[in-house]
Amino acid sequence: MADFTDDQIFRYARHIILPEVGGIGQEKLLNARVLCLGAGGLGAPVLMYLAAAGVGNIGIVDYDVVDMSNLQRQVIHNSDRVGELKVDSAKTFIEKLNSDVNVITINEKLTSANILDILKDYDIVVDGSDNFPTRYLVNDACVMLNKVNVHGSIFRFDGQVTVFKPKVGPCYRCLYPEPPPPGMVPSCQEAGVLGVLPGVVGSLQAVEVIKEIIGAGEDNSLVGKLLLYNAMKAEVRKLNIRRDVNCPVCGDNPTITELIDYEQFCSMPAVEI
Amino acid sequence: MATVKVRIPTPLQKLTGGLGEVDGDGNTVKDMFESLETKYPGIKERIYDEEGTMRRFINVYVNEEDIRFLNGEGTELKDGDDISVIPAIAGGI
Ligand SMILES: [Zn+2]
Repeated sequence: MADFTDDQIFRYARHIILPEVGGIGQEKLLNARVLCLGAGGLGAPVLMYLAAAGVGNIGIVDYDVVDMSNLQRQVIHNSDRVGELKVDSAKTFIEKLNSDVNVITINEKLTSANILDILKDYDIVVDGSDNFPTRYLVNDACVMLNKVNVHGSIFRFDGQVTVFKPKVGPCYRCLYPEPPPPGMVPSCQEAGVLGVLPGVVGSLQAVEVIKEIIGAGEDNSLVGKLLLYNAMKAEVRKLNIRRDVNCPVCGDNPTITELIDYEQFCSMPAVEI
Repeated sequence: MATVKVRIPTPLQKLTGGLGEVDGDGNTVKDMFESLETKYPGIKERIYDEEGTMRRFINVYVNEEDIRFLNGEGTELKDGDDISVIPAIAGGI
């Protein structure tokens, strides 16, 4: 078994005792490098549970500041930290929860110019962003760098969760080849979102990240599956999604081999991260 | 003619009088959307673009399978099939 301290054996006892995690799995978690895109509604539960689980290296990308209207759902921030950078507030939260975690804060807007450099040091990317240009940017960068992308998205009472694993399953473009035209789909800011919904969806993302780290296997994962959660109907469903051999990024003959202008592709400016 | 259950996504429910599930009729996906349009005018133009092709940010599933990997709009339906219309959503904060 790994070189756990007595404190670590005590802290992670409920993991170590699970045959599916065990000492080996816990060691993998402590050595893992996960990048969380967004420290908002989805990012909050993702960061909270990954930090509690002892994921040893967590990068956080966000360039927003904590606003009072965030606190309805972004549970890692609090009233005392309104006005602080979200990455700093998130770091404070994680350090109080678990000092085993090395937190790397990246207070930047993700762009085609910086994303490859930011992603390259991580094993797994968790997409908790909030707009289509960033979704496509993150997808293409993950395919190009062969990174697992644990995707979550929310709208009002609906959530979607899946795992994009290059070469194994589909990517975001295989699932949604094009974004909606501007104005066709209102944002959460315009349409509202039930505060606990990102808590559920982000927690599902955290589960998938941990399974990926401990090697739970593709048969158990959301690779090739789209999980739909509807909070109003208390309904969870899974649909099959497939890699498109004609996908411009991950298909057999890719036509997009370097990052493009995603705001132009989506004809709208990216907001938030 | 097959009668199927069609799940309507939240943004389109104002066209179905707030209903999240409606009955659809037709032997293919294409026929089923034609018949939905007569019952709920306006729904077709939300799912198809000006050229009459299905919008690429909306997927249609027959039971658990995406019709793009079946026979597209020509995918045949049978009584009791569960049709889901699922648009891309991007929210996260
Ligand atoms: Zn693809």
